[in-house]
Amino acid sequence: MTALLEVEDVTMEFGGLRALSEVTFAIDKGEIFGLIGPNGAGKTTLFNSITGVYPPTRGRIVFAGRPITGLRPDRIVQLGICRTFQQIRLFPFMTALENVMVGVDARHRTSVPGALLHLPRFKREEAEGEARALELLHYVGIGRFANELAANLSYGDQRRLEIARALGTGPSLLLLDEPAAGMNPAEKNALRDLIRKIRDSGITVLLIEHDMRVVMGLSDRVAVLDHGVLIAEGRPESVQRDPKVIQAYLGTGAAGDGEAATGEAG
Amino acid sequence: MSSPVYRFFEWLDARLEPVRERAPRVPVPEPVRQRWQQGGRLWRRLGPLRYLVAAGLMALIPPLMERGWFPILNGTYGQTVLFNTGYWILLTLGLGVVVGLAGLLDLGYVAFFLLGSYTTALMTHSGAPGQFHFVEWPTWAALPFALIVAMVAGVAIGLPTLRLRGDYLAIVTLGFHEIMLEVMNNLGITNGPRGIPAIPTPSISIGSFHYDFGLNPAPYWWFLLIPAIILAVIMVQRLDGSRVGRYWTAIREDEVAASAMGVPIVKMKVLAFVIGASTSGIAGWIYATNVTFIDPTSFPLLLSVLVLCSVVIGGLGSIGGAVLGAILVQAVPEAVRQLSGGNTLFGFDPLTGRIAIFGAVLIIVMIYRPGGLLAARRRRTEMVTPGPESGVVVDDASATEQEVAPADDVHSAGGRST
Repeated sequence: MTALLEVEDVTMEFGGLRALSEVTFAIDKGEIFGLIGPNGAGKTTLFNSITGVYPPTRGRIVFAGRPITGLRPDRIVQLGICRTFQQIRLFPFMTALENVMVGVDARHRTSVPGALLHLPRFKREEAEGEARALELLHYVGIGRFANELAANLSYGDQRRLEIARALGTGPSLLLLDEPAAGMNPAEKNALRDLIRKIRDSGITVLLIEHDMRVVMGLSDRVAVLDHGVLIAEGRPESVQRDPKVIQAYLGTGAAGDGEAATGEAG
Repeated sequence: MSSPVYRFFEWLDARLEPVRERAPRVPVPEPVRQRWQQGGRLWRRLGPLRYLVAAGLMALIPPLMERGWFPILNGTYGQTVLFNTGYWILLTLGLGVVVGLAGLLDLGYVAFFLLGSYTTALMTHSGAPGQFHFVEWPTWAALPFALIVAMVAGVAIGLPTLRLRGDYLAIVTLGFHEIMLEVMNNLGITNGPRGIPAIPTPSISIGSFHYDFGLNPAPYWWFLLIPAIILAVIMVQRLDGSRVGRYWTAIREDEVAASAMGVPIVKMKVLAFVIGASTSGIAGWIYATNVTFIDPTSFPLLLSVLVLCSVVIGGLGSIGGAVLGAILVQAVPEAVRQLSGGNTLFGFDPLTGRIAIFGAVLIIVMIYRPGGLLAARRRRTEMVTPGPESGVVVDDASATEQEVAPADDVHSAGGRST
């Protein structure tokens, strides 16, 4: 196994507030890596640092052997990292298919001349993009809503659409920010299958999730953040039993049962 | 909300619906992009021919005007109004790209028009005695330069400012227009407030055919505008239906998400500015050569606002809307001026009060049709649908901040300190 993403000593400060402090971990190619932690632990901040929304105050992020710290978000997408959002951020008045096509467009190069003159590449890319987008919609299971406005989809389907859109950019590392939030149990099961399917297709997944059943059932390895500090990392079973993790979630004095963390943490 | 005006628009909507072709609720693989396409099915089936048809129809206007088919606007006066409407359509189409497609509020759009005009003037006029004399090129040679200068100005103003959003961008663009006015007022080469006189008019010689566009707004000025308008329409349509247009829509709807999907935000915004500026460069060339005299007062700030009014009242993001908006702002007030002829209505003279009428119409349209009269379908949906209820965040600064700032990660205190 080779490391696909290496996060080295990443520190993120907002004014005097330290959201991440010297976080270091590595994600191997082809695994599902879970990132958990109580609310406010720094999970989404870490996502934002990796995807270039804001560069970390200190530290290095290396993706596929290439440092990506401080690159623009669109460059990072080009290199093969794409994300979904904790609060759904679709293009609400584009159809589902158009949403995914925006993602697929990241792989395309048509610009003004091609579009104005309808050059062969424009035609090819439009046709390809549409076909690929439709394929991805079917892949995540919402193909029948291709022409529906994103805003009209149900909550669970919007989450799936976000995943399809991110997959459209052709990532080798997919960052999912609480994909199961707000889903009912049936939708969660389907989502688990989908994430496995994505991993099996060769895409590495970094998963933030509060639903322990989802994250523990899926992840090959899990890292736990608490107040910006990485307090544990390892296989799900061992992390679940880690006293520091139990303490972070339940506070001191809680019975170190191990089962405590398997419930639906909120 | 069932006032007569509202009911009228509902009625109008219902009439127009079959024309616009409602997308089927049950999706079929193919008509995906058609959902937002403009024009009726018959119109689209014409393919590229439709532009020729449109040009032909447009070419019919001056002769019909000569015969008095247009009851109010006729003769030389009518031709002048037609010309004004024509270059105004170019401006509206250009600003429509910036505001309607990319969703950037540009309050200084006419600055590009000014630059196109001044470039033309400086490159062609022969100069009064003792006055600064730049080059004296044929009018046609100035055309590409007017275009290029306007577009370069689009990059120049876009690169530093397009990191700003919404209100801030509007203020900066407003300032840009004002700066341009001041520069033109104070530069030696532009002859300051005295303006540049004697800008030559273009002429066409093909074989034995020779025509010199004169001061007289003969119908041929309109024929000069037709290809420009058609080309601008093709440009806007093709960009809208491509990756570029999708990126603009994505930025307009959710900039943060667009950025996360690999959209180069600043680049695409600058591109919108440049494309928008291009039509105004051409319009500037036509305008300068037509009026043959320009000075800074030809391009007041109000002009920028009026172009924006045309875009908004006509309909955001749609070509029909741009044309309609231009007609409403340029032709209709003139028609009202003619109509009044000294008649007053309860002591209200439409001649002097037409601007007030225009303002009232604008307010009514904005209340009942926030996307404009002929807004593109998507734009109309965006304007009418309230965002938060649908669970989707709609273009809203506070929501944007929430996601970018470490809302999840930092407890409420001091979380927004970036």
